[in-house]
Amino acid sequence: MFVLITYDVSLEDYGGQRRLRRVAKACKDYGQRVQYSVFECIIDPAQWVKLRQRLFSEIDPEKDSLRFYFLGSNWERRVEHLGAKPGIDQEGPLIF
Amino acid sequence: MKKHLNTMFVTTQGTYLHKEGETVQIKVENEIKGYIPVHTIGGIVCFGRVSMSPPLMGFCAENDVAVTFLSEYGRFLASVRGPVSGNVLLRRTQYRMADSKTDSASLARFFIMGKISNCRRVLDRVLRDHGEKIASEELSSASVRLKSSLDSLRQTSDLDSLRGIEGESAKNYFSVFDHLILSRKDEFKFNGRSRRPPLDKVNCLISFIYTLLLHDVRSALETVGLDPAVGFLHRDRPGRPGLALDMMEEFRPYFADRLALSLINLSQIKPSGFKTTESGAVLMDDETRKALLVAYQKRKQEEIYHPFIDEKITLGLVFHIQAMLLARFMRGDIDAYPPFIWK
Repeated sequence: MFVLITYDVSLEDYGGQRRLRRVAKACKDYGQRVQYSVFECIIDPAQWVKLRQRLFSEIDPEKDSLRFYFLGSNWERRVEHLGAKPGIDQEGPLIF
Repeated sequence: MKKHLNTMFVTTQGTYLHKEGETVQIKVENEIKGYIPVHTIGGIVCFGRVSMSPPLMGFCAENDVAVTFLSEYGRFLASVRGPVSGNVLLRRTQYRMADSKTDSASLARFFIMGKISNCRRVLDRVLRDHGEKIASEELSSASVRLKSSLDSLRQTSDLDSLRGIEGESAKNYFSVFDHLILSRKDEFKFNGRSRRPPLDKVNCLISFIYTLLLHDVRSALETVGLDPAVGFLHRDRPGRPGLALDMMEEFRPYFADRLALSLINLSQIKPSGFKTTESGAVLMDDETRKALLVAYQKRKQEEIYHPFIDEKITLGLVFHIQAMLLARFMRGDIDAYPPFIWK
């Protein structure tokens, strides 16, 4: 399945930087960074449970917010990109 | 069921791959080209001067990601193996069967049966679709001869005679292979099978696709816990993945040869994309190789109907299904190994 993850981590208090970094890291382990705090993950349900749990344990629910958008398997039709930084098609041919 | 995971190909010379969190970081000349989460890939194939950090190799082994190193032109160099995993009982059964002449012969027969049937289907399909504009008599007589090879296969249970039948039918099939090339025949001429080195463009293409196929089949066998090195038709030789070569036989005509043919016939590759070295070896350039890799990956994503498991699956999963069926046969869960035969 395809999940879009966006987050806002408050930097006002001490430790915000750390939470921000760790949230980004968790997302990076499972998906592709498409914008600064936006990640696209192609993930199976078991991995999703793990990632979700990991994200919840990193954030401070009082100050930070996470949003998940579930775009299903037919996500290609629901995503359009304009401008710079086109992402890698994670399901297409990966040739570097 | 196992998901059909993507394979990553690294062709840029001087690339360095290393582990960053749980992702593969791709670095070229100190510039980061991207991160790929390890869970989303099933294999990494590196061409030429591409290096990889040992921690990443270990991490790949842990996560069932097959890593293969090839020379720039696709010759096999090395593959990475992690700690031995999988079912030791299954592997022992495999070794015992490989030691037994009758078991080896019966398995070898399944593989050859798959191969010859698929060769025949490739010929018949071209005859049906383009029969009027090609040398159809030669093709149909080759197809008939393949049919009789199939019949004699049923009565043979001696390993060496089986190999004889296999060799004969391969010769038969490749003798008419040139007729399957339908466009730009003067530029893409097939002069019989040649390898190490391939002496014409068609052979160059076929050999390269076979190497890619071998990588996929090998990793599928490892995933189900079989030892890819111990074969039945191909006997043990250090460094040779015998079982992977055995199981590849049934995919060669259907998967590899047809892919090469459609690349040529649909003009997806240019004759100018090849160069001949002084020794007569034909090599392809970067652009052609890339086009080939893209086509290969696309082909793996096509959906087909698998008659034995009665399900629609992607072609890339067929290797895994066949490896699984082979393991089931060795465990005694099914009476015979059903080779994959293209309908």
